[in-house]
Amino acid sequence: MNINIILNEFKPVKDNLLPILHGLQDNHPQNYLPDEALKATAKYLNISLSSVYGVVGYYTMFSRKPRGKYVVRFCTSPVCSLMGSGNVLDWFSQFLGIKVGETTPDGLFTLEGSECLGRCGKAPSMMINRDFYGNLTPEKIESIIHQLKNA
Amino acid sequence: MVEEKRIALKNSGLIDPEDINDYIRVGGYDALKKALNGNPSSVIDELTKAGLRGRGGAGFPTGTKNLSTAATCTDCNKYVVCNADEGEPGTFKDRIIMETDPHILVEGMIIAGYGIGANQGYIYIRGEYYTSIERIKKAIEQAYSKNFLGEKILGSKFTFNLEIKLGAGSYLCGEELTLLESLEGKRGYPRIKPPFPAQKGLWGKPTLINNVETLANFPAIVLNGGKWYQSMGTEKSPGTKIFTISGDVKNSGHRELVLGAKLGDIINNVAGGTIDGKPWKAALLGGAAGTFVPYSFADVEMGYDKLKERGATLGSGAIIVIGSEKHLIPILQSILKFFKHESCGKCVPCRLGTSYLHEQSLLLNKKNSEDRKEILNSMLTQAQLIAKSSLCPLGQSPILPIQSIINHFSDALINE
Repeated sequence: MNINIILNEFKPVKDNLLPILHGLQDNHPQNYLPDEALKATAKYLNISLSSVYGVVGYYTMFSRKPRGKYVVRFCTSPVCSLMGSGNVLDWFSQFLGIKVGETTPDGLFTLEGSECLGRCGKAPSMMINRDFYGNLTPEKIESIIHQLKNA
Repeated sequence: MVEEKRIALKNSGLIDPEDINDYIRVGGYDALKKALNGNPSSVIDELTKAGLRGRGGAGFPTGTKNLSTAATCTDCNKYVVCNADEGEPGTFKDRIIMETDPHILVEGMIIAGYGIGANQGYIYIRGEYYTSIERIKKAIEQAYSKNFLGEKILGSKFTFNLEIKLGAGSYLCGEELTLLESLEGKRGYPRIKPPFPAQKGLWGKPTLINNVETLANFPAIVLNGGKWYQSMGTEKSPGTKIFTISGDVKNSGHRELVLGAKLGDIINNVAGGTIDGKPWKAALLGGAAGTFVPYSFADVEMGYDKLKERGATLGSGAIIVIGSEKHLIPILQSILKFFKHESCGKCVPCRLGTSYLHEQSLLLNKKNSEDRKEILNSMLTQAQLIAKSSLCPLGQSPILPIQSIINHFSDALINE
């Protein structure tokens, strides 16, 4: 990932901090914001490094830890919970062999819990990177994971 | 009777959302042309006549909001901001608008800018709404190419530029003053109100903040007049509203209905009734920051004031249906976990209070009925204190589900 190429896509004004962080994270193969990217961002926007860390730490979509190639955001919000997301997530966590918040040893999947994703009509639901999946059952998830592994 | 009437969703599913020509073919941007031929004040007049109220959840009169932003100063920088940070559990109407008819929002934004005298607008979209972001981005580019955006729009003296800004996973940024902080590139911490955004908003300038669905009504109101809009719905809640129905119903989804439809009719006719065919146990109206109502509310008219009279809220238009076999305690716990997670931590009552409420709700798992009564009473008192002492609407929200669930379902909570 060339940090400077991404930075130069944005005007160097502070209100571009969030769009820049999205751009840097989305273009990192491990879906995270390494320290050198944050330092370069602070310099580019001429703001303190602490204010960049402050923003990264606040927003749940940003990560300072390397993540998998596929980031799973599994909705645990009230509607999905009502429709049984708790049991499905427990199964999913066992299936991947990791706890929520962890990454599989092969570096493919990070399993995260998420608040409402706005897909309540198809609860339980989740996103994997930019794609959405609804009406989840263990069988359905198994086939999605199988497909991604072979992609 | 449930009367479907599509205004904000009039093109949804009928046009190609990625093609501006398709939108123009069905009369798109005609409202902008009409607005530009008249005075800016007539845009606001029509919105006021329409009686349109903020569709994000608070239901504040839109005309008043526009007027006060316009009146703050006549010759200064002002901004229009669209709140597309939809995150209220059970709510997905704004996503539907942006994914299926992005130009209606863009047109609404330009009209809003003309009305209040702003030359710059921002659409703040939550970061997880990838399709919405892509579609709005494309719509803005296309609108520039046709001079609906940019300098001297369609030969008029009016200039308006529009940009997208992204959220990054924070429910609180849907609160208007917090949204402005985030838009400025900061942590999503709420500001103290007043001053209101109409006086001091983005970068300290007068700012109009409207929800996606609210803005999507602007073109039709400008084209057909405020009176036309006002003639639909109920006296205090004119017009239409997009309801999103989820939970234990046969056909979950969204539908734009004339306000005043009865709750029971929406659940039975629009959503096909409950999955098990039995009367529903409860409905949660307006999302997590909403109110629980029992089956006896089936006859309530879905409008701001009729619901308020009975201690309930319309909020964002979310209707979450809870089936007869479901337990209520886990739902309450899930709601309180949500608030705990989304509290930003800036003010102490909310930071400690939302955690406390969640912990207390977990104790309901084990205790006997006498203990449960005591826990519920204590939660109610604490939620009231948090509501009174918190800085922003997040801390003021847990009282809504807690108070209403205790009012209507205390027996079920104590015995289930």
